Amino acid sequence: MKVKPLKLNKKDFQSFLKDVMKDHDLYAPVRLAEGVSIYKKIESQGEIDLESYNTQKPVKEVFFPQSEAMFRFDKVEDRHRVTSTDEVKRPRVVLGARACDIQAISLLDNVFLGKEYTDVYFLQKRTSTTLIGFACNHPLSTCFCASTGGGPFTREGSDLFFIDLGETYLVEPLTEKGKALTQNKLFAKASAEEIALASDIEKKAVKKSDASLPLEGIEKKLDQLVESRFWDRVHEKCIGCGVCTFLCPTCHCFDIVDEAVNERGQRVRNWDTCLSSLYSLETSGHNPRPTGRERTRQRVMHKFNYFPKNFKKIACVGCGRCILYCPVNFDIRQVLQDIKDY
Amino acid sequence: MVQKKLREKAKELLSKKEVDLIIGFGEGTQPLRATPIFIRTPEEADRLVWNSFCENNLAAYLHKFNRFKVGIVVKGCDARSVTALALEKRFKPDQVVLIGVPCERMIDRKKVKKAVKGEILKVREEGDKIIVLGEGVEVVLKRDDFLYPLCKACTHRNPVQETLLVGDRVEEAALTEPNPEAKEFEKKSPEERWAFFEKESSRCIRCYACREACPMCYCTECFVDSSNPKWMEKSLSPSDLQFYHIVRAYHQTGRCTNCGACERACPMDIRLTYLTQKLNQEVDELFQFETGVDPKALPPLSTYKTDDRQEFIK
Repeated sequence: MKVKPLKLNKKDFQSFLKDVMKDHDLYAPVRLAEGVSIYKKIESQGEIDLESYNTQKPVKEVFFPQSEAMFRFDKVEDRHRVTSTDEVKRPRVVLGARACDIQAISLLDNVFLGKEYTDVYFLQKRTSTTLIGFACNHPLSTCFCASTGGGPFTREGSDLFFIDLGETYLVEPLTEKGKALTQNKLFAKASAEEIALASDIEKKAVKKSDASLPLEGIEKKLDQLVESRFWDRVHEKCIGCGVCTFLCPTCHCFDIVDEAVNERGQRVRNWDTCLSSLYSLETSGHNPRPTGRERTRQRVMHKFNYFPKNFKKIACVGCGRCILYCPVNFDIRQVLQDIKDY
Repeated sequence: MVQKKLREKAKELLSKKEVDLIIGFGEGTQPLRATPIFIRTPEEADRLVWNSFCENNLAAYLHKFNRFKVGIVVKGCDARSVTALALEKRFKPDQVVLIGVPCERMIDRKKVKKAVKGEILKVREEGDKIIVLGEGVEVVLKRDDFLYPLCKACTHRNPVQETLLVGDRVEEAALTEPNPEAKEFEKKSPEERWAFFEKESSRCIRCYACREACPMCYCTECFVDSSNPKWMEKSLSPSDLQFYHIVRAYHQTGRCTNCGACERACPMDIRLTYLTQKLNQEVDELFQFETGVDPKALPPLSTYKTDDRQEFIK
């Protein structure tokens, strides 16, 4: 689709949201506490927080919630009954996601909408959603999207792309779905100056994202390190909590449990983390990943070796959350450098 | 100065083979951070740092290294955790060499971040000042205004039971009321207290960083992970989150040293220490007991005395 940039004056932004909310469920960053925001369904426009840095929990949660009921069951007289959980009834719009988070959704498509298996829960949400990406004008020093095949202005995966120019947004419709949201009087054609300003901001932002991470050939290098002593010490400081995996926009492991009381209940899937010993603990009591060594190796291998083997892409978008929120300052950038140097 | 001495002592311990490894702090990869490091050779000792960002309670790592002779860098609170763990027989007393550093109280990195607009790129300490560098800005903050609340209230900054001391002892006095967060919580009506607890716990993502960062949380199987019996469900329902937060705090009764590692570890900025502080206050009132201060005093909930107070049993 050829992109003809539009513009939206910021004073019309609320009217735009109102318009969107008429026929869509709107999901956007909401501030839960000072400096803590997540994506949530918007009840009133005032909740939206576009001022903070990237949200704590990534946008994957809109498509793949941390806890999701898969179906419910009960017993009617002598017969067991299974009922579906709620379907997505209204189309959805996700607004405010950064390029890194949106790129991660495209990576998750490989897993949930793959050739061999389609996850209906993910599919429903994915097909009924229009993604409005927001350009990231101020990448942080922990950001390295420019190293992982994207960048702060990467449009990949967005249906509509907003660039903050100060008083106005430059708006690029990228798909038919995105274009549909701009079919009203609020949007006007962007001027040549505005387009130039956006490209200027883009150049500055791209420079700020660290492009120097040694990811070239990482898959092959890791092939040689599976049984290596390298892992003996890398993991030492990791305390085995789930912060990095839960806040990771590409991590997608889950655990399925039945929550039931007296034959009535639901089957739920919850995010799980390979850094917990429980993750790989078998019924016999045997644990194939008995220590932090094997578990840290798993986290690194999945992102930079197994995922590339399966889908030709690394499972990291360089958002930096795992670095920012780790309680012990475990830094994946350092690990990648150490892998290269080993 | 402290840092230099720390490195010297570490070198000495490692060259004389008095320990297998030393757990200490190294330079962090971000401003306002230090990071745990594990050193095994005298040469590596120069990686050790000491500053106001050495906030982790390194005693949490002792469980991982319980088959080694370990040197560990400790502040007052961390030393108390080690003492408490020794009382719980987590290791043999001669297995741990406590390298004690009298604590100048740690800086609350989240508070500093909130006080400065834009990203913080570099931070340095100069006496009682924190110099924060952002993009094209330099902000000077008063150190005392940015300490962790628990550090301000701390009355045990000098490590107890230390094997060797690095730096000069500090005078023991709290800058604020000793249990400020518990006091603040007590002032609220029951409804307000519940609303506060409900709001804080609702942000929980069950990553268990608070549990893993705590030296006293070392159960082979945590109650949240147990499937037989299953004490609770695994999803994010408010009742499960609240249950976790209440029981986690209760398991700390008479065992918590007010180090605040749980709260600092939380990626969702959930307030946690008001609960443990309240419990610590109760234990102190009922049993005149402070965790890890006296290496011989058993934690009150693991022992009994015939004259224990019991008016709460009705």
